[in-house]
Amino acid sequence: MELFHNLVFGFGVAFSLQNLAYCFVGVALGTLIGVLPGVGPLVTIAMLFPITFHLPAVPAIIMLAGIFYGAQYGGSTTSILVNLPGETASAVTCIDGYQMARQGRAGPALATAALASFFAGCVGTLLIALAGPTLGEWALKFGAAEYTSLMLMALVASAVMTQGDAVKGLALVVLGLLVGVVGVDVNSGMARYSFGFPELVDGIGFTVVAVGLFAVAEIVANLESREAREVYAGKVTGLMPTARDIRDAAWPTVRGTALGACFGVLPGTGPALSSFATYMLEKKLARDPSRFGRGAIEGVAAPEAANNAAAQTAFIPMLTLGIPASPIMALMLAALTLQGIAAGPQVMLDKPDLFWGLVASMWIGNLLLVVLNLPLVGLWVKLLAVPYRWLFPSIILFCCIGNYSVSNNPFDLYLCAIIGVLGYVLVKLECEPAPLLLGYVLGPLLEENLRRALLIARGDPTVFFTRPISLAFMIAAVLIFVVMVVPARATRRRT
Amino acid sequence: MKPDLRNNRDFIAGLLFIVLGGLAVVLARDYPLGSTMRMGPGYFPTVLGGILILFGVTVLLRGVRSGDQVKGVWGWKPLALIALSIVLFGFLLDRVGMIPATVVTLFAAAAAGREFRFKEVLLLAVVMSAFCVAVFSYGLKLPYPLIGGYY
Repeated sequence: MELFHNLVFGFGVAFSLQNLAYCFVGVALGTLIGVLPGVGPLVTIAMLFPITFHLPAVPAIIMLAGIFYGAQYGGSTTSILVNLPGETASAVTCIDGYQMARQGRAGPALATAALASFFAGCVGTLLIALAGPTLGEWALKFGAAEYTSLMLMALVASAVMTQGDAVKGLALVVLGLLVGVVGVDVNSGMARYSFGFPELVDGIGFTVVAVGLFAVAEIVANLESREAREVYAGKVTGLMPTARDIRDAAWPTVRGTALGACFGVLPGTGPALSSFATYMLEKKLARDPSRFGRGAIEGVAAPEAANNAAAQTAFIPMLTLGIPASPIMALMLAALTLQGIAAGPQVMLDKPDLFWGLVASMWIGNLLLVVLNLPLVGLWVKLLAVPYRWLFPSIILFCCIGNYSVSNNPFDLYLCAIIGVLGYVLVKLECEPAPLLLGYVLGPLLEENLRRALLIARGDPTVFFTRPISLAFMIAAVLIFVVMVVPARATRRRT
Repeated sequence: MKPDLRNNRDFIAGLLFIVLGGLAVVLARDYPLGSTMRMGPGYFPTVLGGILILFGVTVLLRGVRSGDQVKGVWGWKPLALIALSIVLFGFLLDRVGMIPATVVTLFAAAAAGREFRFKEVLLLAVVMSAFCVAVFSYGLKLPYPLIGGYY
């Protein structure tokens, strides 16, 4: 009954005119950037992040969240109509979605994607409402040792799972932790790695790192190759799927939602991997796997459900534990921090309007997205005609203004350019920079908790293995590492 | 096949990690280490730098063994122009104002693309300047001079 009471309270918050407006702006923007290939939610959130300083906390986070899950809807439109992933998470939707479009069934494909996403979004939102308070209550018992182990586990998982190469991933996490060290040490008041620049004493700004690593690196990588975009010429007619389509898509949607919800919580996996894994699962379960790749509706429903479910459940660890599972959640965490809110188990108690308002807004946002994506699909397709050579200078410009407005200091922009160069080099060396960002965000927290834990334990490092919850996290970290690294090794040896 | 180390993917990555890790350790020597129980400001970064060097060596050795090359070409020109456009915005904003900075940044960034069409970029610059003035100066009330510097 308490849940019901909380949800009613949340809807009360979300239905205020201001919050509703920002929710709408967020999901509309999310759909837009989801549709446009080469512009992802990460860059968009990094770009808009400084603007949220001017907003109160609740609408700010509602809008940023809307961009993230809105992009999961928009991405499928491009996948189906253009055979190009609008978002990485929709990459597998291209396989069967585009085939359906070529067979003249673009309408049902789009509708299936949107409805599967909506179902997954509702379930995901409900899961946050159910799991959040329980997990939060449990996390209140965590001491410094537990937090240290939890963060180590999250970092190891993100390092190992984001890309195939575990050693590089771990190296990037460590590099990120070092970037996080820059600035004043809270315990001694000593400025570390400031190179004599007063600007670095406060540490490297979050937008500087995020924009440099992702926006600059991604744009330059896109500019290397020629632009090729072919919009599906046929008109989208007959949106509604047939009864048979619905029957075929129902179970895959449910399975996709379940798998996506699990992947969303895990650090380092997120929507992209979950949609891929679900597609593989459906192909294995299908009675006739040869249909996949030739316009099987399951191949659209399952991945789209999975990526949206993952996009929702990714909020669970961030909101309840203060541990981001992906770079986007790291951005959300930073947005909350800058609003003066320390994400963690206390948020639900201290700021119930934030937690429950966000949960309710997600449900409203998902509903808005179905409306935005189905009847208005023609509008978004028209936007695909905007060439990338107009988009990327504008993105750079917004990044510049956003970055500058954080502290009104040109130094941030110089630093951003340098980090951009580093980000591009890392991308070329096949070092996916996501673990670096997570390391950077968690760095100060990790150091703080590590120091505190060891101080309490009088310098005895076994404290991480004698407290049961902490031990469990440590074992999990090792298990994740072993499970992900050993099979990769074995396959490499065979080839 | 004679592996070319200059474009060897993991060799360069490993080298990068070793250099950055080494830099971290060397710079951290100025900060007191403390003990495990009472860590000084130098403890955490020194340990991290050491670990980074270790990972760097692993990656580097693997690169030498596998000889995998960097895929595609290095886009130094777009990278330089994009970085330049960002630096220029910071440099120009409080010297000549937001509108000139916007125009210059857009032109510099657009020059990084494969196709550069002067008229299109000019039109884009006009539209974006108007948009920025409307959103950032009037909407969000950011206190930047539109044309002309503070000084």
